Amino acid sequence: MRSERAAWTFVAPALVVLGVFLVLPVCAALLLSFTDFDIYALANLDNLRFIGLANYVDVLRTPLFWKVLANTVWFVVLALPLSLALSLGAALLLNSPLARFKGLHRTALFAPVVTTVVAVAIIWRYLFHTRYGLINYALSHLGIGPIDWLGDPHWAMPALVLFAVWKNFGYNMIILLAGLQAIPQDLYEAARIDGASAWRRFWHITLPGLRPVLLLVAVITIAGYFQLFAEPYVMTRGDPLQSTVSVLYLMYEEGFKWWNLGRACAIAFLLFALILVITRVLLRFARAKDERA
Amino acid sequence: MGLARIAAWATMFALCACAPASNETTLKLWAFGPEGEAVGKLLTEFERAHPGVRVEVQNMPLTAMHEKLLTAFAGDALPDLCQLGNTWIPEFAVLGALEPLQAYVDQSSIVRRDDYFAGIWDTNVVNGALYGVSWYVDTRLLFYRKDLLAAAGFDHAPRDWDEWRRAMAAIKKNQGADKYAIFLPLNEFEPLLNLAIQQNEPLLLDDGTRGNFESAGFRRALDFYVDAFRENWAPAMSNTQIANVWDEFGKGYFAFYITGPWNIGEFKRRLPARLQDSWNTAPLPGANGPGGGAAGGSSFAIFRASKNKRLAWELVEFLSQVKQQQRFYTLTGDLPARRSAWDFAELETDEFTHAFRAQLELVKPTPKVPEWERIATEMQFAAERIVRGGESTEAALRALDAKVDEEILAKRRTLLARGGQR
Repeated sequence: MRSERAAWTFVAPALVVLGVFLVLPVCAALLLSFTDFDIYALANLDNLRFIGLANYVDVLRTPLFWKVLANTVWFVVLALPLSLALSLGAALLLNSPLARFKGLHRTALFAPVVTTVVAVAIIWRYLFHTRYGLINYALSHLGIGPIDWLGDPHWAMPALVLFAVWKNFGYNMIILLAGLQAIPQDLYEAARIDGASAWRRFWHITLPGLRPVLLLVAVITIAGYFQLFAEPYVMTRGDPLQSTVSVLYLMYEEGFKWWNLGRACAIAFLLFALILVITRVLLRFARAKDERA
Repeated sequence: MGLARIAAWATMFALCACAPASNETTLKLWAFGPEGEAVGKLLTEFERAHPGVRVEVQNMPLTAMHEKLLTAFAGDALPDLCQLGNTWIPEFAVLGALEPLQAYVDQSSIVRRDDYFAGIWDTNVVNGALYGVSWYVDTRLLFYRKDLLAAAGFDHAPRDWDEWRRAMAAIKKNQGADKYAIFLPLNEFEPLLNLAIQQNEPLLLDDGTRGNFESAGFRRALDFYVDAFRENWAPAMSNTQIANVWDEFGKGYFAFYITGPWNIGEFKRRLPARLQDSWNTAPLPGANGPGGGAAGGSSFAIFRASKNKRLAWELVEFLSQVKQQQRFYTLTGDLPARRSAWDFAELETDEFTHAFRAQLELVKPTPKVPEWERIATEMQFAAERIVRGGESTEAALRALDAKVDEEILAKRRTLLARGGQR
């Protein structure tokens, strides 16, 4: 009994901090999402109306919400496989016994993760420049081009995907590298003795060995990519034709630009529900496969 | 060191820390951007004239200012006075955060209404009450390349829309397929807004509770704007795509650019020496002759919650003196809000500011509702959908008015109808 009380005493500070700075704000936001809290309500609380689910209904009835949801899903669909493939590829190269200067390469590949998004966005804007950009210059040698990356509503999102993948792949690479190093070397040795090709060793040893790590990385990345915000905020401001407005960007504009906090909270909870459902489905799917295996 | 010694030291420190604070009044001033950096240099004189008063300036980036002010209002942490963008005044007036200033002005020998440009002064008046005193002004006008205009056969900047159209057509023809006559960033509402505000019809109707974008006046401005893209005089681009607007202006990628006074300094600094004689500014052309534009800039506002309102007002008066306005111009290049401050050698010899002086007599405030910036953003989305998305003008304007009426201004309408907050 005494030890239990002691344990609570030790945990209490952390619980209080979590309660005050996490649980309380989240509950307040949920309450706020049932009101029309805005600039008028800030002036005088008499102007605050409790409107039940009207914010949610309104948001779901706005065509713009569905457009930005489609934008966000399109971003995730493009960026997730690309990001995972690039992270895995980089991790495999770094893990290869043939690789030299591993520390240097690891740092170099990880560097984009720790750079300031605003600063690199300026550089990427130049890279994507229609007339002077390095990317269009390279494409012109292949006879393609010039692509109006940030001005064409069809290309703006793919451009952001390239930027975001470059910015983020290093993080997953480090996790996958740790996963690779945890796969016992004797499995590879045994396979080599049995005459398995490099491809088969990858398919039958590396991938199954990485499965739990890959799943974790996929879940984190999906949750992160659904919260797309900084990239459009610094690169395009939602342009052109609102084709790079993401759900979170819409929430930011509603909440912090137009101060419609009730509506913004409703959007936040819709996004939360969406991410929850998708990650649950993913985990369930993975577990079902595990049980069959 | 004995305990007694430590105690003695501690007491001394405590005394030192408290002593000056007891008879010193601190006046808190929030400002943003280059103005916030420069204003500190003017304050020494004020502090010398007011012994025992210290002005604490907090400078923040423009992009953070609005959010910070609203948060401070909610948290009861506002300063005594601040630099307030004059399009924000209606919003803070609705919040009841601002001290009405008419009584102060009535007794003032320094702040005299008739010396201020009328349209600029008017931005501080919401529902008949005065909430700010203009500090510096800005309005958008035409920056143009004299040499490109001359090469196209024009010896002066266009004065009305017809002339402007002919000039753009001629420049485009001269410059070829990969260059343009004008740059109108599709993600900036200011160019279209400045054309629209020239019209006689108001942008909002019924005490600012309904959109008026299907009116003939707005339609005329929008048609002019959209035509520039249809005729290929303007590239369909946002300013995020251009990378370096000064550089492109120098290269002749476009010959006209609608922007504000801060760009005078930028162009002087960034354009190569050989081009310095090849550009100038001109009042924004209207449908028939100089058309004016939107009244922008910043005002001083005193917060109702301040305990030092009298002193804050004295600071406002000090910074509004003609001499201080002129010093401020020298420091920042910001244009003075008072006519008598323009009686100044530095302003008279700078040919780039002449067009601003002329236009300032013609400027008008934007609609004074807290939702205005959002409405202007929606207006620009509508224009972008016409230019980039190929939507018809009728459909875009109908959708715009519907959005403004049903979504953005609905709550304001309800509140006004029940006679509550304005």
